[in-house]
Amino acid sequence: MNSNNFSVVGKSVPRVDIADKASGRTKYTNDLSSPGMLHAKLHISDRAHAMIHSINLKKAWEVSGVRAIITGESFPFPVGPLLADRPPLALKKVRYFGEPIALVVADTEQQAKKAAMLIEVVYEDLPVVNSPSEALKSDTPLIHEDLGSYKVQVKGVYPVPNTNIANLTKIRKGNLEAGWKNSDVKIDSKVSFGPSDHAALETRSARAEIKPSGHVIVHTASQGPFYVRKLLSQFFHIKPGMITVHTPAVGGAFGGKGAVQLEFLAYLASRAVGGKLVNLQNSREEDLMASPVHIGLEARVKLGATQEGKLQAAEIEYLFDGGAYSDTGAGISKAAASDCTGPYSIENVYCDSYCMYTNHPYATSFRGFGHPELTFAIERAMDKLAEKLNMDPLELRLLNAIKPGDTTPTQVHLNASNIGDISACLLRMKEMLNWNPDTQIMKTEDGKIRAKGISCLWKTSSTPPNATAGAVLTFNTDGSVNLSCAAIEVGQGTKTVLAQILAEKMKMAMKDIHVKLEVNTHHDPHQWKTVASSTTYIAGRAVMAAADDAITQLKKIGAVALKCLPDDLEVGNSRVYVKDSPEYGVKITDLAVGYKYPDGNTVGGLVLGEGSYNVRHLTPLDPETGFGKPGPQWAVGVQAVEVEFNPEDFTYRVLKSATVLDAGKVINPQAAIGQMRGGMYMGLSWASRESFIFDGHGKILNPQLRTYDILRSSEIPEYLVDFVETPLVDGPYGARGMGEYGVIGMAGALGNALAKACGTDLYQLPLTHERIWGSMKGGGR
Amino acid sequence: MENIETGQLIKLTVNEQSKEIYVRNSETLLHTLREKLGLMGVKPGCYNGDCGSCTVLIDGIPINACHILSVEAVGYQIMTIEGLKDQTIPEEFIKNWAIQCGYCTPGFILNSYALVQNNPDADDAAIDEWLESNICRCTGYQEIKESVKNILNVKR
Ligand code: FES
Ligand code: FES
Repeated sequence: MNSNNFSVVGKSVPRVDIADKASGRTKYTNDLSSPGMLHAKLHISDRAHAMIHSINLKKAWEVSGVRAIITGESFPFPVGPLLADRPPLALKKVRYFGEPIALVVADTEQQAKKAAMLIEVVYEDLPVVNSPSEALKSDTPLIHEDLGSYKVQVKGVYPVPNTNIANLTKIRKGNLEAGWKNSDVKIDSKVSFGPSDHAALETRSARAEIKPSGHVIVHTASQGPFYVRKLLSQFFHIKPGMITVHTPAVGGAFGGKGAVQLEFLAYLASRAVGGKLVNLQNSREEDLMASPVHIGLEARVKLGATQEGKLQAAEIEYLFDGGAYSDTGAGISKAAASDCTGPYSIENVYCDSYCMYTNHPYATSFRGFGHPELTFAIERAMDKLAEKLNMDPLELRLLNAIKPGDTTPTQVHLNASNIGDISACLLRMKEMLNWNPDTQIMKTEDGKIRAKGISCLWKTSSTPPNATAGAVLTFNTDGSVNLSCAAIEVGQGTKTVLAQILAEKMKMAMKDIHVKLEVNTHHDPHQWKTVASSTTYIAGRAVMAAADDAITQLKKIGAVALKCLPDDLEVGNSRVYVKDSPEYGVKITDLAVGYKYPDGNTVGGLVLGEGSYNVRHLTPLDPETGFGKPGPQWAVGVQAVEVEFNPEDFTYRVLKSATVLDAGKVINPQAAIGQMRGGMYMGLSWASRESFIFDGHGKILNPQLRTYDILRSSEIPEYLVDFVETPLVDGPYGARGMGEYGVIGMAGALGNALAKACGTDLYQLPLTHERIWGSMKGGGR
Repeated sequence: MENIETGQLIKLTVNEQSKEIYVRNSETLLHTLREKLGLMGVKPGCYNGDCGSCTVLIDGIPINACHILSVEAVGYQIMTIEGLKDQTIPEEFIKNWAIQCGYCTPGFILNSYALVQNNPDADDAAIDEWLESNICRCTGYQEIKESVKNILNVKR
């Protein structure tokens, strides 16, 4: 594709939401004020695993302004997106520290909070399951005694009754024994890390109201208002048409706002007070502990290769720490299995990917959906293999890079469209970072060690086989066009990108495109969710279809006005004109609400463009072999870092952080660079310091941003970003999607660079100075 | 347990306007500005002084509005993003793509404004230190730092 042929696509046009955001006037869920609204507050568990002996509400009821208090008994049924295993409020037992037990509704937030704090719960402690490997042992207590009776909500989730296994996905490709036989060199590598958090700056919040008509109205900071509607409908038996979910601007999400949690509670709260509007907003502590978190992992990767470095076999075990409930953790373990090897061509692959129940906070999707996690495991293993082979880590990756003609672990055939170009990304990175054997480790004059580390990455979007999006266009009397589409603006710039696609297709100026930022399920067309880096592709195609529809209608009315056939006409520059004599035409202004003859007679009515798109030909994975097609396409990339390590005190700084991504056509380069930088920052912050700290009893010791440490502005590296643009044939203008990719390789690249600098294996995240000291000196063990 | 919270009628000067408001004695300025005066540009992120998203200027000094009681703010000039007339910084943030979700933006803009006003000679290290108080979870900070540096360079 030649970008020079485009007028808007491929250009860094300013974000459509920028002026309001820069003036602080954008409204997020909790900025909508509503007189008379009641407020809800949670009472959360201070045990990680215990039976609830009794709950005493007496003191709480004495607080003035309290209108309702509800507990697990008010809705004693489990809910959940993939497997219904979680009561909205704990029932009979608690399974994680921070689990909501009761909810108070009061006139003011202060009253609700005061009352919630006065609720007294008597517990009977149970043994706490602290890690996924412990959870897998046969003598470990069960976290869900009734796992066998839970309802599986979607195909392809396989819980194992009478165990702590919420899902097991198996990959069996080729012949592992033959693979080992062909291998001259083998390595066995382990990594592990505990749960961490999304920590979006806007905490989650939801409001609900039940109108006398039975109509349920929900306002929520969500990545999937239609998904909220679906689950509310399913579990509370309300017809979807009787539920409206509204999402204004969202203050960061990173996967964490794709989960449905507070919406259930806000609905139950409203139900308890006769349908009045009730607001439930997380405090930061609740957002970190009570709401779902970023998943942890224990992984073991065995690789075999020939003397020349050609990979022959991979045997992989992923034990995801799904926490107390499966939410999307079960899907994450499946997605990680689908792409378990990283972007390398391996004939013989065997993988068991588990989502384990533990007594940690439950996990939901986090930017990358299993891929930042599996990539750390695979990329550490690749570096160890390179070391054993005495090969340059980049050359080893180049030799094994997956390409058209190869198959993925689930045996999808790759072609020139459905996968990006890993080799091209590697070569670009080599240049960008001046990667050669001499510069990979260097001593500085003041005794520090500089080292570079690299990581490849890939990901397909594990969407359901019916993931869909729609777009509706209406025209204003000034000839400008309104775009309504349920893609959620979480900061990634999706509304701008969709507006660009529309402007390009309609050959219109950006100033004539008005994108509705808020989403409302009542008047926007259905969309699955805004997740999985899939929106540019799915919603982008819907927008193109809507534009085609509008163009057809404009030509039809234009043909009447211009006394010719629709085929003779073209649409562009806010006009409909005759192809071979463009000066002869009519303005869209004069067509959009019908074409008016001089005598006042009008033909054509309104131009209303509509279009939709859904993913095609995806199949569930075979339970025994994993054979199947999990997603439409793979974007790929390479990331690298350069660190400076101080062997005196085991501290380090990340000097440079680089990404080369092949996400197909880049619709908005500056927005894309922002996504990559932000992704790298998030990946580095996670890999270098973010983690929940638990005591031996599953209690979280760092539930605040003061102690749950996040990288600040002074600690960031220099960012380098570049793109390779292998078009996806059916993507909008060749685009694939990219929101998650900046995070995926950072832990692998950082781990590899630091391991080189320290000369020791580093297998645990986060890579804190103390942990490095421990690995090098055996300290802290 | 009938313990009614004590409160009082106070006068605050917010964005150059005088406002008479009834507040609880324990009420934070963050709560008053948002819930009583509708100034929703003051964003809560932690209620604990850790994130800087609730930054307002009190006599020109950046303060976390979650960390000051409304009764303590009497007699000072309080400025929120809604009262910022000088658009140099917002325009620079726009130019540099320093805004994604926008939730941290008001806090960062006011904090940067205070830096430019109070410390126009700030070098890179001083800028870094000044911006430490605020979290942005989206951008990776480079664009925000560039915006501030560009303005200071022009001023120099
Ligand atoms: S809300 Fe005030 S510093 Fe975070
Ligand atoms: S732009 Fe989202 S937190 Fe800064």
